[in-house]
Amino acid sequence: MTSEILEGLMRALTLIASGDRALIEITLRSVAVSGLATVLAACWSIPLGVLLGLGEFRGRLAVRGVFNALLGVPTVTLGLVLYLLLSRSGPLGFLHLLYTPWAIVIGQAILITPLIVSFVASAVEAADPEIRCLALTLGASEAQANLTVLRESIGGVLLAVTASFNRAIAELGVALMLGGNIRGATRLLTTAIALETTRAEIALSIALAAVLLALVAAVSLSMNLIQRRMSK
Amino acid sequence: MKRNTAMVILAAILIAASSVLYLLRSQPAQGRRVLIVSTTTSLFDTGVLDEIEEAFEAEHPVDLRFISVGTGLAIEHARRGDADMILVHAPTRERAFLEEGYGVCRKIIAYNFFAIVGPGNDPAGIGGLPPTEALHRIVEAGRADRAVWVSRGDDSGTHSKEKGLWAAAGYDWEDLRDEDWYRESGTGMGRTLQIAEELQAYTLTDMGTYLKYAKEELITSEVLVGEGEALINVYSAIATNPAANPDANFEDALTFIEFLTSNEGQAIFAGYGADAYGRSLFLPAVKLLRERTDPVIAAWIEGFAYIDGSECPPEYRAGREDLYG
Repeated sequence: MTSEILEGLMRALTLIASGDRALIEITLRSVAVSGLATVLAACWSIPLGVLLGLGEFRGRLAVRGVFNALLGVPTVTLGLVLYLLLSRSGPLGFLHLLYTPWAIVIGQAILITPLIVSFVASAVEAADPEIRCLALTLGASEAQANLTVLRESIGGVLLAVTASFNRAIAELGVALMLGGNIRGATRLLTTAIALETTRAEIALSIALAAVLLALVAAVSLSMNLIQRRMSK
Repeated sequence: MKRNTAMVILAAILIAASSVLYLLRSQPAQGRRVLIVSTTTSLFDTGVLDEIEEAFEAEHPVDLRFISVGTGLAIEHARRGDADMILVHAPTRERAFLEEGYGVCRKIIAYNFFAIVGPGNDPAGIGGLPPTEALHRIVEAGRADRAVWVSRGDDSGTHSKEKGLWAAAGYDWEDLRDEDWYRESGTGMGRTLQIAEELQAYTLTDMGTYLKYAKEELITSEVLVGEGEALINVYSAIATNPAANPDANFEDALTFIEFLTSNEGQAIFAGYGADAYGRSLFLPAVKLLRERTDPVIAAWIEGFAYIDGSECPPEYRAGREDLYG
């Protein structure tokens, strides 16, 4: 078993060193799909998270509970529901999105929405309430005060975004059901790992997994550095 | 602080824009039409379709896109209008697909054999027996706690074949699945072979996947019941009926079916795997059926995979009689 893993790691290094075109293409596509999904999800999830963390309205805790529960949605279930929606005989079939990278982007963005919302809500809740009061007394509007709190909790927000990107790039269910693992169009690192495993190409699977892990580690590390610099 | 926020927003916009630009590249190249083919896993996972794709795309302005699923799901994709054509291996389900009006222009493209594989010490003593007799022995040994059977249990073509074999041996699969010795893996062929290996169990496999896994030394199971009429495995191509799904790319589906049945396409099947495995994983069926080069096997294919005495009854040919000359 260890020999297979070592062989896989060697294979990974050779593939990377030789600049294997398929590997580069799959890796870049994974980054592009999950990066876009993360940016999209952040656009609506961060404001929503701030609202749920700082807002005062009835049912706030219930809504937060719902988002916390949605953290546990199995990716295949989300993939299946979206497949039924995007299928040509489904209600959104006319968009012809199924089996395109865009379908995976949408699926992953929905998948990570609860993650960002819950993390951001917790981060702004945990921020010192004095900051908000101070901003309000200094004449800031509600929205400006919320923005100040968000800036103060930038560390938590970046963590939420990083974790979401990592979740998106490492998930398989949505990518497989909505993308179809089509070579040259929707094949991502995770779907390629699944395929090469069923094709009994064990070393190649491990090589792909090594690339994925290295990528996730690099993203987490650089986000960590950025976060430190920003909070200085 | 203000500057940081601006930087974050700028970074987000940059990431989004470059992602969109990169993903736009996976749109089919200028002038290429997309043909979505839902295919059974055995054809795809063995890699033969990669070779076919290369040869076909070199000659035609078509971007072939394979989606590898079991036969059951491939048919469901086509029913829902998500695939332009299918490559499958379950004649009874193909018949239903044609009769329900979803499929047309069925062509038999290749065949090989299923095999019953199991541990080398063969606790049920089935080596070399006819399949029905072998299944009897496995049931007896299983009930006596001496053998285990692993079923795909996933509605794939291989699973359909397995159900048919149990029926031929006089058992009802629905009853057997409740017994202790009968396990369902609910997964693809490769993983099922590995589970059978772990459990020292018997299972039904297509030869392509078996040869690949045996060569990679992932399994040590041996072929105990092999080639014979009852174990024939026939692969067909069927186009989605344009009358049922006007969006389907019918024209290119037909071009691809013509390619698969052409001398060139058939030669790819005949040659695939010969170097790596010492034998072809799939055997070409077109010439065999047309010229009856091997009457025995031609008769087996007809008996198992013909629908009302033909590859495709005239009412399901969508006017393309030329395919059946």
